[in-house]
Amino acid sequence: MPVLLCYLIAGWSGFFVMAVELLGGRLLAPTFGSSIYVWGAIITIFMLALSLGYLAGGRYSMHSPSVRRLGVLLVAAAVAVLPVLIWGEPMLDATSIHVPDPRFGSLLAATVLFFIPTFFCGMISPYAVRLLVTEAGSSGRHAGQLYFVSTFGSAAGTLLTSFYLVLILEVNQILLTLLIISVALGLLAVAREHRL
Amino acid sequence: MTPAAASAQTEQQLLHSERSLYREVMVYQKRDLRCMCFTRNCRVGRQSCMDVRAPDQFVLNYTRMMMGSLYVKPQPQSILIIGLGGGTLPRALAQILPQAVIDVVEIDPAVVRVAAAYFDFHVSDHVRVTEMDGRVFVRRALRGERRYDLIMLDAFDHEYIPEHLLTQEFLREVKRLLAPGGVVAANTFSSSRLYDHESVTYASVYGTFFNLKRENRVIIAAEGPLPSAAVLQANSAIHARELTAFGVDAEQLLPLFAGRPDWNPRARILTDQYSPANLLNLGDE
Repeated sequence: MPVLLCYLIAGWSGFFVMAVELLGGRLLAPTFGSSIYVWGAIITIFMLALSLGYLAGGRYSMHSPSVRRLGVLLVAAAVAVLPVLIWGEPMLDATSIHVPDPRFGSLLAATVLFFIPTFFCGMISPYAVRLLVTEAGSSGRHAGQLYFVSTFGSAAGTLLTSFYLVLILEVNQILLTLLIISVALGLLAVAREHRL
Repeated sequence: MTPAAASAQTEQQLLHSERSLYREVMVYQKRDLRCMCFTRNCRVGRQSCMDVRAPDQFVLNYTRMMMGSLYVKPQPQSILIIGLGGGTLPRALAQILPQAVIDVVEIDPAVVRVAAAYFDFHVSDHVRVTEMDGRVFVRRALRGERRYDLIMLDAFDHEYIPEHLLTQEFLREVKRLLAPGGVVAANTFSSSRLYDHESVTYASVYGTFFNLKRENRVIIAAEGPLPSAAVLQANSAIHARELTAFGVDAEQLLPLFAGRPDWNPRARILTDQYSPANLLNLGDE
């Protein structure tokens, strides 16, 4: 069961990251437009945050790793999206006034709004690898399966959000839904560990 | 000349192609008709067209309807046009209203270059071009306390109007940017599921508006009350001579102002939070 939960969390975090990234473009458009460099800024910050998250997640996995802590990482990523929901618009307005250049303005705005949640999401995959690998011989297989689940989750998150969710729900409603699912899944991992 | 090349003479010919940050900007010509397109062989829509023998004649019908805004506001001193294309609208407005100051906002520098090279569009003391996203320009203009008597919304990518230029919030910003009694004219499509959503969104911001419909639909709304049919008729005489030179005829244009609301009033309003415009545009109804 903990194994399944590891894969589930990794897959969901992949879904979550890409859904938030797509909606990030939506959130920035009223302030910075939908120029190609606005998308460039968003993708840059997501990639940067993920890469640093991988590094940190690997490090963090060296000290008494547990499924519980994996759940906490997911909850942290979700909670870090809350400021986007609450202060997103004033933050974007303030950024565009202080940095009028839409390239660096959107880079700064994407950093402020999305760096922290994406960083936590990045921590999840390497951390889950540590929980799944029991011996060096099967480590590649586990890592491969984990990449599969996580990137498949990203593909699903991208497709569902851009094809369907934006047709049904408002941007903030989608974010809130993602957030609730993340917290629920994270808490499930935390609770399960307690029982074990 | 090969047979294929000979037949291409009567088919449309690619005069110019230029890759930009956003797309490929292409200029095609078929006999005297020259068009700017963002898709190969103008497969999806033409951005702008010009008759090279009579550059002052409007080719696309929507441009005539856009000029109908002069029946509502005959002497605008300051004009903002979002979306340059081949520059048909600013070129015409600069000729009809030589004193007016015209700001054009165009996101794509390649479009500005192509308009100058192939569509006889030129900046001057009275016609300025800013290369910027339309919404970003509007927000900055608001912060700079600028106001316009006439605002024309004509920003299209290869498919349709970008989604962040269709929302209630954007239309409110545009309304705030109008001087007292100012007028906004917007070029939109008249079919697809999006029609209902766009209509209720404009209605939520401007109340009633003129709904001019042919192949396209042009919305003409005002900051303040709309003029009566008699006033429109009287105003149509003011620039009649100049407008006739462009092929704009009051007898054809005036009846379009009588268009009645024909959309579903219960359609969902487009907002910054809910604007799946391009998805809605996929389905014809």
